[in-house]
Amino acid sequence: MRQYLKNTWEGIWTIIIGMKITFKHLFVPSVTIQYPDQKVPLPERVRNRLYVNMDDCIGCDQCARACPVNCIDIETVKSTPGENLGQTSNGKKKALWVTKFDIDIAKCCYCQLCVFPCPTDCIYMTDVYEFSEFKRNELIYNFSTMQPGEVEEKKDNFEKFQAEKEAQKAAAAKAKAEAAAKAKAEKEKDEKSKNNNSKSSSNDVS
Amino acid sequence: MYESLVEITGLEIFAAFVSAAMPVAFLVPFVIIAVYLERKVSAHMQDRLGPMRVGYHGLLQTIADFFKLIQKEDIVAEGIDKKFFNFAPFLVFAGSYAVYAALPFSSKYIGSETDLGIFYIIAISGLVVAGILMAGWTSNNKYSLYGAMRSAAQIISYEIPTALVILSIIMWTGTMSLATMSEMQTAYFWNWNILGGPEWGITKFVLIPFLLVAFIILYVSTLAEVNRTPFDMPEAESELVAGYHTEYSGMKFAMFFLAEYGNMFAVSAIVSVIFFGGYQSPFGYLGNTLGIEWLVPFEQVFWFAAKGIFFVFVQMWLRWTLPRVRVDQLMTICWKYLIPYSFVNLLVIGIITLL
Ligand code: SF4
Ligand code: SF4
Repeated sequence: MRQYLKNTWEGIWTIIIGMKITFKHLFVPSVTIQYPDQKVPLPERVRNRLYVNMDDCIGCDQCARACPVNCIDIETVKSTPGENLGQTSNGKKKALWVTKFDIDIAKCCYCQLCVFPCPTDCIYMTDVYEFSEFKRNELIYNFSTMQPGEVEEKKDNFEKFQAEKEAQKAAAAKAKAEAAAKAKAEKEKDEKSKNNNSKSSSNDVS
Repeated sequence: MYESLVEITGLEIFAAFVSAAMPVAFLVPFVIIAVYLERKVSAHMQDRLGPMRVGYHGLLQTIADFFKLIQKEDIVAEGIDKKFFNFAPFLVFAGSYAVYAALPFSSKYIGSETDLGIFYIIAISGLVVAGILMAGWTSNNKYSLYGAMRSAAQIISYEIPTALVILSIIMWTGTMSLATMSEMQTAYFWNWNILGGPEWGITKFVLIPFLLVAFIILYVSTLAEVNRTPFDMPEAESELVAGYHTEYSGMKFAMFFLAEYGNMFAVSAIVSVIFFGGYQSPFGYLGNTLGIEWLVPFEQVFWFAAKGIFFVFVQMWLRWTLPRVRVDQLMTICWKYLIPYSFVNLLVIGIITLL
């Protein structure tokens, strides 16, 4: 009987205590953050969307090789000697046209491994984290600043240059060969005349 | 209300229709406000904000939800007993709405001036059980069926302590009409039944503790009857999806919702009529002191609604305080605690009344 009464009392008393607590919380300011209007400040070293500053990129491909998921796709074209590509901000001379620099952000796992090897610090994480898209293709970011026409032109340029170089080389080789042949011929001539001069029957020492 | 309308217009059908439709004009805005209140109360008790987007601090959220519910497709799954499935929400709503017929909103308005008011309410609210069972059974879904069975078991068990407490109050006041009961507790708050009723004397003070117990029992058991937490096992979301209304969508679901909130107010109103003076103001009427007679009924409606909404608020408060009880605990609370206490209470109040 005593237990019974005690149970009853405890039931009522604990409910009253619980109600007191919830009533207090009714007036505690809420912790909700009204997200799109109001944002949580991000920590200092957050890893979000990548950005590449193409002015500084030398196209060394190191970031693409560091990426564990192969989401960076870089294509480069060598410049011809006459072209001036400018310099990076830390004084390196650029030598390659970066014709394609695509990052597939949909694949990226935000590991930041691509950031460290970059010799010019031009690929880095920003604090943008709202970049959802309706199509997955739209998540492939093209960072290359070159227009398609320009790319063709540079490729052609390089090919032409290459071809010229080839031609030059070929010409040089030919010239060399000719020179060698001439020299040989002359040498032979000399020897012949010598032989003739010495009147020996034995032939051909060359 | 009905009589005066008949006198004015001479049309009984018109009068009956108007006085029957009056509570709807109260119920629908009440439900819209109560759903909003429920969300806000729950949110703030958990240090959240609740709806904030639609209107100022989400004020129009429930109205938006209401329109959303209207637009929803009315899904009737295969394997459902269509006739009863479609009928159940109306039965549930009718059961909860019929209670309003005997609630005295003010001294001038009561749906039906029957002398059996309180017994009528107990009887008619049994209709809700039938509706819930019907909904659960015809849904052809095990969760719905569980919910319906639990609900039936729960409502029927908790009707016993409710009836016993009400019986003791009837013994003491000597009336079954809620209108008369409210009239008896007129003037100031020390005349309320919870404080021993209008008669001065030694019995008033002797009775107070027993009335307090009666109030607690009545409040707990009505809470269980309207399936509110901590007794919300029929629609326990975490166990039964949504209980008996799992299969309902659109307007039929809204009917259940309406019935649930309607019930909440109805039981709160009954508690306030029985123990807290119903529509009576606690401090006398502004209309009487200023000499404006017609203001009094409106003040009474205000006090009636205010007390009802206060108890609805307490229901929400309890809901966000207590976890759900288990089925065996539910039955223990009812049969081992509430019923013996209400029996003892009945005896004591009976003896005091006799003396
Ligand atoms: S952050 Fe990681 S996954 Fe993303 S591009 Fe860089 S290396 Fe690849
Ligand atoms: S490592 Fe830096 S410089 Fe090299 S390709 Fe990547 S972004 Fe460009």
